[in-house]
Amino acid sequence: MAHEVMNENEPLEYQSETGRLNILGFWIFLGAEIALFSTLFATYFVLINRTAGEIMPGELFELKLVLIMTFLLLTSSFTCGLAVHELRNRNTKATIAWLIVTVLLGMGFVGFEIYEFAHYAHEGATLSTSAFWSSFFVLLGTHGLHVSIGICWIIMIMIQIKRRGLTPKTSSKVFISSLYWHFLDVVWIFIFTGVYLLGMVK
Amino acid sequence: MNLRWDEFIITGDPLILGAQISIVLASIAIVGGLTYFKKWRWLWTEWITSVDHKRLGIMYILAALLMLFRGGVDALLMRTQLAAPNMELLNSQHYNEIFTTHGTIMIIFMAMPFLIGLINVVVPLQIGARDVAFPFLNNLSFWTFFVGAMLFNISFVIGGSPSAGWTSYMPLATNELSPGPGQNYYLLGLQIAGIGTLMTGINFIVTIFKMRTKGMTLFRMPMFTWTSLITMVIIVFAFPVLTVSLALMTFDRLFGTAFFTLHDGGMPMLWANLFWIWGHPEVYIVILPAFGIFSEIITTFARKTLFGYKAMIASVVLISVLSFLVWVHHFFTMGSGALVNSFFSITTMAIAIPTGVKIFNWLFTLYKGRIRFTVPMLWALAFIPNFVVGGVTGVMLAMAAADYQYHNTYFLVSHFHYVLIAGTVFACFAGLVFWYPKMFGHKLNERIGRWSFWIFVIGFNVCFFPQYFLGLDGMPRRVNTYLPEEGWFSLNALSTVGAFMMGIGFMIFAYNIYYSFRHSKRETSGDCWGTGRTLEWATSSAVPPFYNFAVLPEVKSIDAYWKTKEDGIETQQKKDYKKIHMPNNSALGFLMSVCLGIAGFGLVFHWYWIGLVGGILTLLCMTYRSFQEDDGYYVPVEKIQETEQKASAK
Repeated sequence: MAHEVMNENEPLEYQSETGRLNILGFWIFLGAEIALFSTLFATYFVLINRTAGEIMPGELFELKLVLIMTFLLLTSSFTCGLAVHELRNRNTKATIAWLIVTVLLGMGFVGFEIYEFAHYAHEGATLSTSAFWSSFFVLLGTHGLHVSIGICWIIMIMIQIKRRGLTPKTSSKVFISSLYWHFLDVVWIFIFTGVYLLGMVK
Repeated sequence: MNLRWDEFIITGDPLILGAQISIVLASIAIVGGLTYFKKWRWLWTEWITSVDHKRLGIMYILAALLMLFRGGVDALLMRTQLAAPNMELLNSQHYNEIFTTHGTIMIIFMAMPFLIGLINVVVPLQIGARDVAFPFLNNLSFWTFFVGAMLFNISFVIGGSPSAGWTSYMPLATNELSPGPGQNYYLLGLQIAGIGTLMTGINFIVTIFKMRTKGMTLFRMPMFTWTSLITMVIIVFAFPVLTVSLALMTFDRLFGTAFFTLHDGGMPMLWANLFWIWGHPEVYIVILPAFGIFSEIITTFARKTLFGYKAMIASVVLISVLSFLVWVHHFFTMGSGALVNSFFSITTMAIAIPTGVKIFNWLFTLYKGRIRFTVPMLWALAFIPNFVVGGVTGVMLAMAAADYQYHNTYFLVSHFHYVLIAGTVFACFAGLVFWYPKMFGHKLNERIGRWSFWIFVIGFNVCFFPQYFLGLDGMPRRVNTYLPEEGWFSLNALSTVGAFMMGIGFMIFAYNIYYSFRHSKRETSGDCWGTGRTLEWATSSAVPPFYNFAVLPEVKSIDAYWKTKEDGIETQQKKDYKKIHMPNNSALGFLMSVCLGIAGFGLVFHWYWIGLVGGILTLLCMTYRSFQEDDGYYVPVEKIQETEQKASAK
């Protein structure tokens, strides 16, 4: 375990050695997450034409819905960036405020995704309809689950900032959760182009 | 799934009944012993909740030895069944279950944890660190591994074992062809253990990059640390693939998805690809640390610096890259086409080049060395020729065209046992004997050690060398019996004799642990072998105190400790201690893993409410951890002085 050596010239989240180790560890964890999502994407693209004569993606995908979801998630990544910006300014209130906006946008995204899944299921596309829909729901569902976990996580971190203020420990948590949140945004961009745009073109 | 009680517990087979009785007796003995000697509190505070990397390492090794015993008994049952034509010890279903659990346990629950255990004990010491980067995570990693292993093992008596092979090829592993909960045990046991492995990977990458002592540059790191680092990188990129593959198959079996099925557009070959994209790098996850162990032992007992240190590192890195580019060689005969087979044939053979570099480096290290034939050195020396036999037959198998002849025969079985036993198992034994005094403060008896070495190594060759010829004679793998006319009797009988010799060798090894605990001389010097080269031999006592180094060493060259001895520098300054920051023990890793285990057990039997409860409890543990304010504690200077005095006075 690390010594708690403070270094005043660094940003708050890098000031304790624990913070620095956690941040590096989380970057490596994101490397593993890239491998995880790559595998899911590979599965999706292998199974993309295997609809078994059942309902096709082009019949269900709607650009409007997907654009709203994309807008919500990309904006939340921006507001998450603003939260880290305010963190660097040591402004506790503004940090929490932007984190709340981030979480609300994320909840909006998850809400639309739940609506979308329910709608597809209603139209006859479920996990067991065909290999294509299995891979669709598992890829999208894994991303959606990650977003949901992120929401709970950021809420817990906000409670901790509220209680303890912006310390090296809490701020490294904010920074790490922001890395996670941006990562989910990047994954969504791949889903948007690889799954939805491609699915609508076909 | 509606299970009747008499289906829940496996009954009716005398072998399993024997196992059940012995499990009950062993459990009673353990619980009774702990109660009688009043050791429960000691077990809880000193071991179960410990975040000390050395203790966790020892627990990993203990668990791995237990699994080696179980996997070994599986092997002996199989060899007995095959010893003569038309044997009726095991029926075909039982045989399938046993070779499935043998393969899975040996790779996932024996080889990997054994090596991770040695890495845990040694790597922080070698880089001059006080602990790993994330000590709590280290404890959690161990317990998820252990719970995953136990979940897999109870399939033997509850519900039924998986029987689709350790590769679990689809569609064989579907609900239709593998009914019952057996395959679910495989999926969830591996999934839970895999989480721990991934966390270990992240933990040690950060540890090796960030926790090195002053002067320990990357190119002064001992070879074992290097191979561990590269192994952990492979883990981080390979294990998520396993996570996803297992999850997809779990969905297929539990929720009716169609990833790998034969209906609704599923693709069984996708499973084969995903499995081996993880599975082939996995082979290197269990061989690279072994290479590191042999490097340490050969330099120590040849009393020479490792020949071609940088070439060794380069070859390890190259092997790690190539390990991701060869997976299709596991199914050359499954219709990939000539071009694809050629590509993977060439990448597979290319791995022989960096491996050959390493073999020659070890030989040149031995050349003109002043060799001491200690037990660890014997294992290391035996490794070289035996591993070369395995490697050369591997190149034979790598030729796709020729592989059409050998595939799915005992030739292949012999090949991978030659590389995995001569590589990994020899390394585990060698490493355990080598670092044993670092863990327990006394050496293992050398005379008994030599007996177990010779019996095991001769038995190994008697067991597996005939299998090359059985394979060339056309004996397929995974058969539970054969006819007298096929002419495989004599070689099979010989092979079985060898297998039992290996079993005897292992029992002698285990006896040696007991014998040495009772009779071996306690070590007082840190450098127990007298020729230690790296920092783990520089700590003040034979059993390093929990903080490893009272004063962190400073490194000026490769083979740091050897250099200080040559220069005649006193390694431990006795004064100028400073207070040391250490982490607190935690029960949370254990509790969290148990909750995961409950969730897994529920899912095995499609009891979703148990799965849900286990999952929610796990999340609650994580929430508690997030809010926990645990900054560790400081060891005061007086305590350090006291500990150091006690250690040197022993």
